[in-house]
Amino acid sequence: MNDTAEASQPPEAPRPRGGDLVRRHHLATRLWHWINVIAVTIMLMSGLMIFNAHPRLYWGQYGANPRQAPDPAWLDLSHINGGVPFPGWITIPSHYSLADARLWHLAFAWILAVAFALYLLWALIGGHARRDIAPTRGELAPAHLLHDIKEHARLRFPTGAAALQYNVLQKLAYGAVLFVLLPGVILTGMTMSPGLNAALPWLLDLFGGRQSARSIHFLCAAGLVAFFVAHIIMVVLAGPINEVRSMLTGWYRLPREREDQA
Amino acid sequence: MNERSNEISRRRLLGFAAAGTSGLLLGGCDRLNGSEGFRSVLEDTENLTMRSQRFLMGDRLAREFGESDISPVFKANGSLGVTDPVYRGHFTQQFAAWALHVDGLVRQPLTLPLTALKGFPQRTQITRHDCVEGWSAIGKWQGPQLSAVLAQAGLLPEARYAVFHCADVLAGSPYYESIDLIDAFHPQTILAWQMNDQPLTEQHGAPIRLRVERQLGYKQAKYIMRIELRSTLAGLYKGKGGLWEDRSDYAWYAGI
Repeated sequence: MNDTAEASQPPEAPRPRGGDLVRRHHLATRLWHWINVIAVTIMLMSGLMIFNAHPRLYWGQYGANPRQAPDPAWLDLSHINGGVPFPGWITIPSHYSLADARLWHLAFAWILAVAFALYLLWALIGGHARRDIAPTRGELAPAHLLHDIKEHARLRFPTGAAALQYNVLQKLAYGAVLFVLLPGVILTGMTMSPGLNAALPWLLDLFGGRQSARSIHFLCAAGLVAFFVAHIIMVVLAGPINEVRSMLTGWYRLPREREDQA
Repeated sequence: MNERSNEISRRRLLGFAAAGTSGLLLGGCDRLNGSEGFRSVLEDTENLTMRSQRFLMGDRLAREFGESDISPVFKANGSLGVTDPVYRGHFTQQFAAWALHVDGLVRQPLTLPLTALKGFPQRTQITRHDCVEGWSAIGKWQGPQLSAVLAQAGLLPEARYAVFHCADVLAGSPYYESIDLIDAFHPQTILAWQMNDQPLTEQHGAPIRLRVERQLGYKQAKYIMRIELRSTLAGLYKGKGGLWEDRSDYAWYAGI
């Protein structure tokens, strides 16, 4: 397999090896990444404060009374911490204020949504999504997926030229963020707006009602938190300095081949 | 041994970095939250939100639901009653001697008893009520369109806002709310005296409450005693156009 890959390379461009510095991230990706670090963090922390104002989630068009049928809450955290389940150290602001949290949330929502829309357009038109994010048929084969999961579980990550591209688990994770979680969180956020319900009533039908949209909003946010945790762990395991440098400057040092591979 | 101590110090370093970052982040956010300049930047985006929503929705209607969608229990929030003795007197007489006052920048100030409000053409709508806290309830509302009442009073050209003065007192201040003429003349903006085919109960705002269906619950003023037409919201209480706006900096435009 290595042979065919090498054969397809033009002779004047030798295949990079472990230890080489390679161009990894486009400026658009790096800019968007760091805008998102700020915007998603603020959205999450202010969102948890907003959730504190009514710490229950429902399905359907309406939902207000967690203990009265038929709008029972499927999630009710109101018994935690005296009705304020998320503590001050993970909320914006750190003291209880629904009004201030909304002020932050609805302002940074613009930054999140506009940056996302621009980046998505760039990724779709410029080919980043197709070239780097979309998994190939071969990568999605169960045997390949299983192999990659096993290798990850043993903390053996791709090295050398194999690390030039995202592996299939990375592609699936980034694809989920780009095509499911972020559009999900933005569109469900819009669906909770009574003004936008009048302007774009199809949003209500898409998500099955305002309270369903609110539940999905929370679930997508939880998905983003799960991604964040896995992402940080992977960055630390893969070499945080090299990884952070590549997201700042674009240059990435390919991990050296393991001795047992040589 | 050496490797191990390196490991520990690296772990401690990471721990310090994480704690430091979180501390800086929270401290920084709280400081920004208290800064007038930063808040005014955030508040500018409320304007952007209003303009873009208005651009997208024009005079489109909020969704109306069917009878079967009505919430079995419509949660009541905010003031659940009124202590004012004048209101209590009207309440015991079932508002027979009560009247709504329409004044300010109008050609003809009005005094409209409940019978007069019931005499206007009525609009009935089953709509969703969205509390700023996050919950929703669906109810059926009936009453005259605000546009018809305002047309009878006749607006002076300087009129820009309809202010609703209410009988309830919340956190020590009289409740009031305001909308601009775009919402005041929207077909679904009504002065509801009936909810789910019954006269309004006290906890839902008897004798009348505002329904302005494309905005959040705190705009749906209850216990309306007087509608005042004004050219500006400045000079009224703290000038932000509503009790919650004045008290907690809630957005005046509550379309999201």
